[in-house]
Amino acid sequence: MTELLPFLKELISTSGLSGYESPVRDLIEAAWRPLADEVSTSRMGSLHALKVGRGAEPRPSLMLAAHMDAIGLIVTGVVGEFLRVTEIGGLDPRVLPGQVVTIHGRENLPGVIVQPPAHLLPPDNRSGPATLQNLLVDTGLSAGETKRLVRVGDLISFAQPPVEMAGELLAGHSLDNRASVAAITHCLEELKNRPILWDVWATATTQEEETFAGAYTSAFQLRPTLAIAIDVTFGSSPGTPSHESFALGSGPTLALGPNMHPGLHKAFVALADRLEIPYSVDILPRHSGTDAYALQVVAEGIPTMVVSIPLRYMHTAVEMVAMKDITRAGRLLAEFAASLDEKFMEKLSWDD
Amino acid sequence: MKSLIQKFVETPGPSGYESIIRQVIRAEVEPLADQVTVDALGNLIARKGTPSSNGMKIMLAAHMDEIGLIATHIDENGFVRFTTIGGVRAYNCPGGRVRFLNGTRGVIGIENLEGQSSPPLIDQMFIDVGAGARKDCSVRVGDVAVFERPYLDLGKRLVAKSMDDRIGVAVLIETLRQIDNSPHEIYFVFSVQEEVGVRGATTAAYGIDPQLGLAVDVTGTGDTPKGIKMEVGLGKGPAIKVRDAGMLADPRVVDWMVRTAEASKIPYQMEILERGGTDARAIQLTRLGVPAGCLSIPCRYVHSPSEMVDFDDVENAVRLLVGLLSQPVDLK
Amino acid sequence: MSSQTSPQEKQAPRVGAAQLKLLERLTNACAVSGDEGEVRQIVLDEIRPHVDEVKVDHLGNVLASKAGSTQDRLRVMLAAHMDEIGFMLTQNEDKEGGIFRFGVVGGVSPSHLAGQPVLIGKGHVPGVIGAKPVHLTTNDELRTPLSVDSLRIDVGPGNSSKVKVGDRATFATRFSRTGASLRAKALDDRLGVATLIELVKNAPANIDLLAAFTVQEEVGLRGAKVAAYALEPDVAIALDSTPANDLPTWDGSENTRYNTRLGEGPAIYVADAATLSDPRLIRFLVETALAAGIPYQIRQPGGGGTDAGAMHKQRAGIPTVSISVPGRYLHTPLSITRLSDWKNTVALVYTALSQLTSDLFKVDR
Repeated sequence: MTELLPFLKELISTSGLSGYESPVRDLIEAAWRPLADEVSTSRMGSLHALKVGRGAEPRPSLMLAAHMDAIGLIVTGVVGEFLRVTEIGGLDPRVLPGQVVTIHGRENLPGVIVQPPAHLLPPDNRSGPATLQNLLVDTGLSAGETKRLVRVGDLISFAQPPVEMAGELLAGHSLDNRASVAAITHCLEELKNRPILWDVWATATTQEEETFAGAYTSAFQLRPTLAIAIDVTFGSSPGTPSHESFALGSGPTLALGPNMHPGLHKAFVALADRLEIPYSVDILPRHSGTDAYALQVVAEGIPTMVVSIPLRYMHTAVEMVAMKDITRAGRLLAEFAASLDEKFMEKLSWDD
Repeated sequence: MKSLIQKFVETPGPSGYESIIRQVIRAEVEPLADQVTVDALGNLIARKGTPSSNGMKIMLAAHMDEIGLIATHIDENGFVRFTTIGGVRAYNCPGGRVRFLNGTRGVIGIENLEGQSSPPLIDQMFIDVGAGARKDCSVRVGDVAVFERPYLDLGKRLVAKSMDDRIGVAVLIETLRQIDNSPHEIYFVFSVQEEVGVRGATTAAYGIDPQLGLAVDVTGTGDTPKGIKMEVGLGKGPAIKVRDAGMLADPRVVDWMVRTAEASKIPYQMEILERGGTDARAIQLTRLGVPAGCLSIPCRYVHSPSEMVDFDDVENAVRLLVGLLSQPVDLK
Repeated sequence: MSSQTSPQEKQAPRVGAAQLKLLERLTNACAVSGDEGEVRQIVLDEIRPHVDEVKVDHLGNVLASKAGSTQDRLRVMLAAHMDEIGFMLTQNEDKEGGIFRFGVVGGVSPSHLAGQPVLIGKGHVPGVIGAKPVHLTTNDELRTPLSVDSLRIDVGPGNSSKVKVGDRATFATRFSRTGASLRAKALDDRLGVATLIELVKNAPANIDLLAAFTVQEEVGLRGAKVAAYALEPDVAIALDSTPANDLPTWDGSENTRYNTRLGEGPAIYVADAATLSDPRLIRFLVETALAAGIPYQIRQPGGGGTDAGAMHKQRAGIPTVSISVPGRYLHTPLSITRLSDWKNTVALVYTALSQLTSDLFKVDR
């Protein structure tokens, strides 16, 4: 049995920026291998773990997709003992100054993101927040050592260690979306000795924060009958609009909007009601901002759903989740997988 | 090779209207390739070789389209209003000369901007083709044009419009000419509509279904007075792309390119381009995903009518490409 | 002219009272992107008797096919989107009072919301989008555009239980005719839907017609993407509606940016932000229109996009073009179109289809 909290702490302490997911993929693979019948890696680096169903062939399949890539920085220039950087994924440069980071050069090096004093910045950036292009990373090494160990294109990931908070909350970077990887892991644990009719593909996808490359290509390869994206959504915190954010600990959210099949939404709502798993409905009138955006339109189209975990302070180094929401999401996914029978697709309709 | 480059940059081929430049390129590749085809969107695809046991199906892409203009309205006095095809910058336009594909030539004029503090907009410009009235104008709404500027050979440095990406086209053809005994089945794709969103490479890659993809395109430089902050410079070797605004190059492909360049002692630079993208993005996202990268030719003044490249970089790009393709690919 | 077929015996379908009645039903129906069921039902009822096969796919597209009967037929996909711009209720702010926060779906202009009646949900529950009285509005506020965040949909206390968060809403405008014009909401793209229904009912025998009534065009051409992938056509044509900005300029100078003009016939696309139409198809349409004496116009190249943007990039590429009926004030509560432009659009598309052969594609693009 994977202990979820230590596993999640390990997940967020392991590097895996978009496009460079292999370190965290190895960790996830180790956790999923005992829980699945087959494990493989796609051409785009996504992890595919298959749990074979007992239904008759041709067997429909359910794809669970959580992206494993994290946001971070990449070196664009080496200036003496300092590094210029740009982003991987979407970052607010205002939350960066003072952040400790790991520079993945010829060896892993500690660094800190620094904001030069105003008079050293270009005149148009002396008031207001410094742009990302004007921030630097200080290596603490000599210019010579820096030049030897770091080059353009090296990655930089956040180094803030996880913080366990009271009330079974965890704070740290990369919980978007390693929290959902943990939820799928919990789902696989729940399914361990359960008879399921459908095949279940647990996938950890790549490059969601950039191009959805993993979701597009994995869905094209696996051609699942149904696809569920598991991601994080806005946790209620100062400054978040009440209609777009959800209290930590209030359960997973079930999304509704054009990226989601309304029949799947209904099925999840009915299931959560029946199991008395608390949940909220997340209204997403346009782009869902999740892998579902890609999954839905792969090949001939795939009925898609989004289950999300509320998370505070998204895309900062102190993202915060409630462990309870993760296990509830995992259980809901497991119960959904177990509920799928031969009739499910016949009943699934866009209209009432 | 220089005469080939000159021929390519002097041929018009705005996105979506690549038939003239395609014919010129086709004449060059036909004697060198095993098979040449054109697909539904107009991509020219030249195949060379069959895969041996340790070979792969590889797609190389250099786009043959260029940025240009398209007529939107002919006013009562015969002036042609226009919009852009691809990333034409308004400040590069006034005073420029253009040639429509129907042969009509003209100059770009601009409304009186006295008192306007913001830079001019395309909407404030027009093309004067020398017509006195609408009925005398030989341009119709929807007609397309390219910039006209003579090719300039400065010795080491070459200047022209549409170096982006005819220089890539020339590199691909030179590679096709030199490649011999490759273990791979290589598809040299001269793609269309890159400048409007890598559309040609999207369908070409789907049709070819390659195991590995490389785009050959230009990239910006940071080596001009008060230019952008970018490490890439002219004459320091071809650039190996790590990322641009459209993609993260596959790290295994990046490593393979770096290893090959170092083993052959070919100068190279690492590239991060914060704006712009290439055909490699389209290849990467095809079907179940394709390991993809991009070999870039450093180029100053990209998307102006005077784009400058360094001839040593061009020759080294060919050397590196030939080196990459002559051996089995080892993606670690 | 690439077509070598003899002129067809069959006439282009006529746009008469029955077709106008259908357009009225279609425009009065509510089908915001992602919730197209009401229009889908009308489409299914209309086309079922006339097609060989029809299905609703995983995104809600209606995909229908009707085979022709001659030799060497092209497989021609025609796409018209069923969805329209609109709203989605996101929060019930005042449980008893019936005041709802909402999000917009598709390119709705915020300047056209305040003071409009709307219809909500499958039951078409009436509501309004109000605004603060001008008496209580400061001069500074008057100069600031009203944001969607500041507006609410009000269904009144009596109806608050008949609508729920997640319901879609549209403008409440009803179809009407005035002189040579038609006035309605959602003419973009119920005109295309109505056109495609007529073409399905009167399909030329020289092609295999693949009809795609698509979803989610207004939120990124999503339905057309999977539809074109699934149908694998030889040619694709988007039937849409495009803005006519043929209004006077402030100083009376020549309007050089009208996009299209009412009354000048169907608009053939050359270039928009999503597609560079296949030049062979542009030429073919223009030559067909000239030969048949059907008026046409070239839509001014520029921004925007139609389902063509998704279709032409599917699989190994598909020759594609768009033809639109011009309409003023699209994406607002009330748009205006000319009946003659619609008639000529039906005539042009039908005539072109009935003369379309694979010869057109023997020359490379």
